[in-house]
Amino acid sequence: MQRFKLFLPLIAFVVVALFFYIMVSRIGDGEYNPQDLPSALVNKSFPAFNLAQLEDPSVQLQQRDLVGKIALINVWATWCPSCHVEHGYLNYLATEKGITIYGVNYKDKAPAALRWLQDKGNPYRLNIFDPMGRLGLDMGVTGAPETYVIDHRGFVRMRFQGPINETVWQEKFQPLMEQLESEQQAQGGV
Amino acid sequence: MKYLLLLLCLISPFATAVVETYEFGNEVNRERYHQFIDELRCPKCQNQNLDGSNAPIAKDLRRELHRLLEDGQSDAQIVEFMVERYGEFVLYRPRFNAETAVLWLAPGIFLLIGIVVMVMVFKRQKSAPSVSNTDSASLDTDEQQRLQDLLAAADNNKDKPNA
Repeated sequence: MQRFKLFLPLIAFVVVALFFYIMVSRIGDGEYNPQDLPSALVNKSFPAFNLAQLEDPSVQLQQRDLVGKIALINVWATWCPSCHVEHGYLNYLATEKGITIYGVNYKDKAPAALRWLQDKGNPYRLNIFDPMGRLGLDMGVTGAPETYVIDHRGFVRMRFQGPINETVWQEKFQPLMEQLESEQQAQGGV
Repeated sequence: MKYLLLLLCLISPFATAVVETYEFGNEVNRERYHQFIDELRCPKCQNQNLDGSNAPIAKDLRRELHRLLEDGQSDAQIVEFMVERYGEFVLYRPRFNAETAVLWLAPGIFLLIGIVVMVMVFKRQKSAPSVSNTDSASLDTDEQQRLQDLLAAADNNKDKPNA
């Protein structure tokens, strides 16, 4: 017992070292992001807003325009480098997988944004134009890109910071999307 | 020119606070504004308050804060507004609830552990002399003899002048 006590500091050191090693390696893999904050919005309904549509400024979009479908809400901007990286995958999700994606064009200029959609393809069912970041603020957006998953009742179920790619989709989105679909079916059947 | 550069080098480290001018309806609001940007954390940065951050989101939040203050919102309402959007993270002094309990309680718990360990160490030290006494007393006669011999030998060696 007395012997064992001598080793306590070593054991404590190993435990702490292991903890930090795992944390650092998970940051390296991109599995853990210290900047990832739990969104305050999760399990609450998507915030109310009243903003123009990017493609047609005479159309006012509201919260209810997004309700009814399981969908992604993708915050993007032409000034955001990661959005360039992400865009191709969003196109793939929309066309190949039939995912509904709504866009929030965040703190951007309309002509630049429209040109972008023309050049790179438009994966969005509709785009909310949020030049002042008002909606972004209500969503708790800290930067672009960010993607929110809403269920068919319009409740936010997940917030993801950073670009979506195949790995992220398989690991984070796919299981949730399947879960939400089965939830919707269960509720639709009642 | 050289002196100007030197001067710039000297003052730049202090120029971290963001310069923005907002008009306030009254002095109280101005003070509350400064108190808030001091105590609200920029959600994009890991450890900067709204006052010190140049992140676009911090700028938005300062603007929003100004709007809320001029709107006549109470402190509690403003805190609620921020937390609703960015969670307890934005508060440098988070409110006490299930999520933040660890933050609030951990220092007390560690202090308690420290006190307990200290008390234990002191107690042991008090009883320590008696333990060593019994240890030496427990030498059997043979060992006592050997000890005496060794001490005597050491004494002899000391007395011998070094040639």
